[in-house]
Amino acid sequence: MSPALMRVLRVVVLLSAVRGAPLATVTLPPVILEPVPLEPVPVPSEPVRVDSGADQNISIPINTEQQQQQQQQVSLDVDVMLTGELNPNHYPARRAAQVVLHHLNTRYGSPYWWGALRQVHKATAEALGDSGRKYSLEVTLQDQISGTKETCTAEVVFPGGPAGGPPQVTTSYEGKSEINTQAQEEALYNQYNTSQNLLSGHNLPDSYGHVAPGMEPFWHLGGVASSFVMLKESSENTLYNMAQVVSVTQLATENNQLRFNYDVLLHEMVSQEIIHWKLLASWSPQEGVKASQMELLPKCHHCEPPQEH
Amino acid sequence: MGVCVCVCVCVCVCVCVCVLMCVCVNGCVCVCVCACVRACVRVFTRHQVLRISAKDELQLSALRDLEALDHLQLDIWIGVRDVSTPVDIRVPAFSLSTVKSHLDYYEIQYSIMIRDLQVALDEEAEEMDAATRDVEPRNTDAFDYSRYHTIEEIYNFQDMLVSENPNLVSKIVIGRSYEGRPINVLKFSTGGTSRPAIWLDTGIHSREWVTQASGTWFAKNIVDTYGKDQVLTAILDKMDIFLEIVTNPDGFAYTHSKNRMWRKTRKPNPGSSCVGVDPNRNWDAGFGGAGASSSPCSETYRGPSANSESEVKAIVDFVKSHGNMKAFVSIHAYSQMLLFPYGFTKSPARDHGELNELAKKAITNLASLYGTRYRYGSIINTIYQASGGTIDWTYDQGIKYSYTFELRDTGRYGFILPANQILPTAKETWLALMTIMDHSSRNSY
Repeated sequence: MSPALMRVLRVVVLLSAVRGAPLATVTLPPVILEPVPLEPVPVPSEPVRVDSGADQNISIPINTEQQQQQQQQVSLDVDVMLTGELNPNHYPARRAAQVVLHHLNTRYGSPYWWGALRQVHKATAEALGDSGRKYSLEVTLQDQISGTKETCTAEVVFPGGPAGGPPQVTTSYEGKSEINTQAQEEALYNQYNTSQNLLSGHNLPDSYGHVAPGMEPFWHLGGVASSFVMLKESSENTLYNMAQVVSVTQLATENNQLRFNYDVLLHEMVSQEIIHWKLLASWSPQEGVKASQMELLPKCHHCEPPQEH
Repeated sequence: MGVCVCVCVCVCVCVCVCVLMCVCVNGCVCVCVCACVRACVRVFTRHQVLRISAKDELQLSALRDLEALDHLQLDIWIGVRDVSTPVDIRVPAFSLSTVKSHLDYYEIQYSIMIRDLQVALDEEAEEMDAATRDVEPRNTDAFDYSRYHTIEEIYNFQDMLVSENPNLVSKIVIGRSYEGRPINVLKFSTGGTSRPAIWLDTGIHSREWVTQASGTWFAKNIVDTYGKDQVLTAILDKMDIFLEIVTNPDGFAYTHSKNRMWRKTRKPNPGSSCVGVDPNRNWDAGFGGAGASSSPCSETYRGPSANSESEVKAIVDFVKSHGNMKAFVSIHAYSQMLLFPYGFTKSPARDHGELNELAKKAITNLASLYGTRYRYGSIINTIYQASGGTIDWTYDQGIKYSYTFELRDTGRYGFILPANQILPTAKETWLALMTIMDHSSRNSY
């Protein structure tokens, strides 16, 4: 007997069993929160649409309110935050680990060092009552430029309460092990410090993923500076990456810091939104990268960004 | 006829070999033919071309002094004349700081016309090559799979592939996009009627360009390896493969013309200035539940109702009328994941165990090529809760082997993955797809 026919029979049985009741009822299976067992679990799934060939959908008449209630039940169960040992490959651990990388980039990032999350090895979460939730992690990070990897432990506290606030991060990371970026940083700093003429660029990378070799350090710098924004905007419900540097314009050096106005697009994975931020990045080899004057630009629905390909 | 002496002067853009040919014609008229053999050496790396404006005699004199310094190896493009004419000089990298200090000392204004001459030359060469490449390829062997293409180029490719392989490939138009573009599906079949089938789609989210590019390569790879690859041949002798490369044609055209980051369809939403519906929240699986937005301005807007988008409805109708799909793979980017149902609920799929094991095998095979690391698991555990998703619907239709890929990378380039990663991505992904297809072929249900 075909699976479709089986479902029809099951539905007919259900409907006839509740004759007299205005609408059919189907109970939702209990939502499982623990790591999923490997053996197939017999689960009556959501009411299955029964289709006869290419004709119309015959849907089981379900009370809309009931359906909403069931779905709300599902969403409530999902919203309950997990505590204890977390699966390091699932999203709660990954989101917390990404926050660690944003933090490390604000501390150690430069035009020649731009860290990314490579792997989460272990993760636990605990509730801190009103103070929020704390994640303890062991992660491997990788410099996206040289490829060097390093493992460290970290703690991320997402503050509680409606005000929220940026996550607080501490790590065991002690700084970049290779020192050869120093020469490159000094050279870049000198090149752009003494010149009267100020750098500008746009679309890094461009639509085809291309970055001119001379502009790569400013793409990296944009990524690092964006980490300040991404760090302060992060929560347990977000996962940020920098999608593109829309524009970078150098300003006059001040207090020995090279300064750049950046226009960046951030990609937030959970909402899938592309979010436009402006910021002022300042950098020197001694001081590292700092970001200020961070400003969210509204999503413009009817105007198109001038895209050069 | 007397003795002629010809003198030819050849100018080439790069440091390269000039071949001169002088031909003496009656009356000693010289005809010169110059052929530049472009065996260019990268000699202009980090050289800059400065445009210098001297404002008085003192500055002009300072510039002449600079030009006289042979050891700087300056290359004067437009020489010092007067205060109204800018001076253009190519400055080798090793002389840059000296020259700029000199100019700053005399407070001579200048701008950097070319920041890195070698880069500019390389880009120009690339454009010239591209100009020849942009001429439409005459067959699918001449098609460049290592570049990103427009919708017209991909549609032409599809037609060429069909005409070159009429016994294996056909094209089915399963519907029209909102803006009226045909929705094309390639069918790979060695015969039979209503054979069990595998469905692959790429580009449902238009900004995920590596997926359409990979889909194009998959199509070519199928025709190239059928009859040669034992596993693929065995699959195609039993099953059909359907491949929809540009699953969101309007969105894809829009990423080329207006907004590279466009994700959704291009259907206007009444009462809103925001356009488009997320085609991966528009399916009839948990539709209306958490994991999609009810706002038209959102990137995850589910749409006014399930299957409201013609791009989605076309596939729904096709799958239902086919009735014998055994595997369904919808391909996205980025994050490097292989996912299976469900997205809308935490309840595990009935076949969770088998799907999980198969996913593990698939990503192990994927990694065997270049070491690319993938994570795997159900959608809701691995990435986020998503309702109205494609493979939740296909799974609940009874298509057991329902999978979603998120291809390269993990965020460094994200959606704007460089073209030089197209082929490695396509090839490694194909190994995972073969694992899934092979398993479906051996495990009929």
